[in-house]
Amino acid sequence: MFRTVAELISITENENITIAEAMIRQEMDIHDRSREEIIGQMEQNLSVMEKAVEDGLKGAHSQSGLVGGDALLLQEYIKTGNSLSGDLVLDAVSKAVATNEVNAAMGIICATPTAGSAGCVPGALFAVKERLNPTREEMIDFLFTSGAFGFVVANNAFISGAAGGCQAEVGSAAAMASAAVVEMAGGTPQQSAEAFAITLKNMLGLVCDPVAGLVEVPCVKRNAAGASNAIVSADMALAGITSKIPCDEVIGAMYRVGKQMPSSLRETAEGGLAATPTGRALAAQIAGNNVTKE
Amino acid sequence: MKYKSVFDIIGPVMVGPSSSHTAGAARIGRAARNLFGKEPTYAEIIFYGSFAKTYKGHGTDVAVVGGLLDYDTANEKIRHAIKIATDKGIKINFHEEDTAVDHPNTVRMKIGNASESMELVGISIGGGKVEITELNGFELHLSGNHPSILIMHNDRFGAIAAVTQVLAKHEINIGRMEVSRKDVGKEALMVIELDQNIEPFIEQELSSSNHILRVSKIVD
Repeated sequence: MFRTVAELISITENENITIAEAMIRQEMDIHDRSREEIIGQMEQNLSVMEKAVEDGLKGAHSQSGLVGGDALLLQEYIKTGNSLSGDLVLDAVSKAVATNEVNAAMGIICATPTAGSAGCVPGALFAVKERLNPTREEMIDFLFTSGAFGFVVANNAFISGAAGGCQAEVGSAAAMASAAVVEMAGGTPQQSAEAFAITLKNMLGLVCDPVAGLVEVPCVKRNAAGASNAIVSADMALAGITSKIPCDEVIGAMYRVGKQMPSSLRETAEGGLAATPTGRALAAQIAGNNVTKE
Repeated sequence: MKYKSVFDIIGPVMVGPSSSHTAGAARIGRAARNLFGKEPTYAEIIFYGSFAKTYKGHGTDVAVVGGLLDYDTANEKIRHAIKIATDKGIKINFHEEDTAVDHPNTVRMKIGNASESMELVGISIGGGKVEITELNGFELHLSGNHPSILIMHNDRFGAIAAVTQVLAKHEINIGRMEVSRKDVGKEALMVIELDQNIEPFIEQELSSSNHILRVSKIVD
């Protein structure tokens, strides 16, 4: 059983297997389930993610009216051929946003690792899919690889905004996605770990400050940032760039930063963007209160 | 290790928008339904803390009611659960209270029908994981994540042994057990988390054991 990224990487190197395979074998061992059962369950999760992206690209809106329709705007913009950051990155952003818009509209999603951060992994997966043309099995492996890294983070730090800020939630999701992109693109397990470390480093310190306490503003756009971060970091790792701070130490740093975060910046809607004049006005409006002008 | 499965990370499949405020709320509602053993005809639902402040935007209200209707976290009917319940004639009332509570995501539910009632408190602790912390005035620590049986009994010697003997006879393993009572010799509660669901005939056998008042269960 692996508890750290270093242990995970050494299992893959000693047994000459992929990260996804190491995760599948561990799941079979711990839970005494067959390979078919485990892969079947993951395939169902993959189908849920596919459907959520599909629904989101048709345009989904939340009940509060704070978010919705941005995934569609991005797809239309990509079609103009004028995008500056490149079609693949924008496609990932659009599909991440699509997933979180469906989530905000009370649609069905698969938490990865939470509902609020559910866009990063499928956003990156379904964008990279267009370039790499993976098999269904390789797409399922993408989720096991993401899950293996998430498993380490969850057991050594935290994965919810309430516990460790957005760095723990979207930060972890983005880093998980970036490790899986590397594996799908043919990188080594060590390169996956480098991509994970680079992504999480770049999300370190991110606070959880949802307007009106809802999983909408800024959560949907944070998933856009997470998905693009994932793909850029994957490219960096595939180019041969390494993280000076090892992956497990980055996770440790994320944990300590989260512990130092005041509760006002951990999902309570009392700080950050939630505490801006506009954030407060929106919250009051949603709560049905009258906003008095000063 | 807090998390033991890859499906704790890639999953659950759920109706959005929040694993704690929506999926967790549905699981608490469903635990209440399971413990009551049937569909109630009324429900008083009291939200505290963050639940009280944000329940409309997170669909915490429809999720709790969806759970009472025995829907799981991925059932799309959750969105319309209040309407479905009302159409079935179930009377539902929501209240918000600003009393200080130990956990920000707390809900108290009073459910029942013409002849019986039940009151419980549930908390949603993150990622869809929940705990039932109070049942009919008893404090407890019950996660909705394992099959469990809850046994109301008289506080007499032999009551606990009678129950564990029945479970042992049917080769059912106990994962965790908690016993509490209101006062010496009065009503007591046993909470037993199991590795598997129990068959109705075993439940029947438990109910007819010495000093046992009532048996209810949470199925996986």
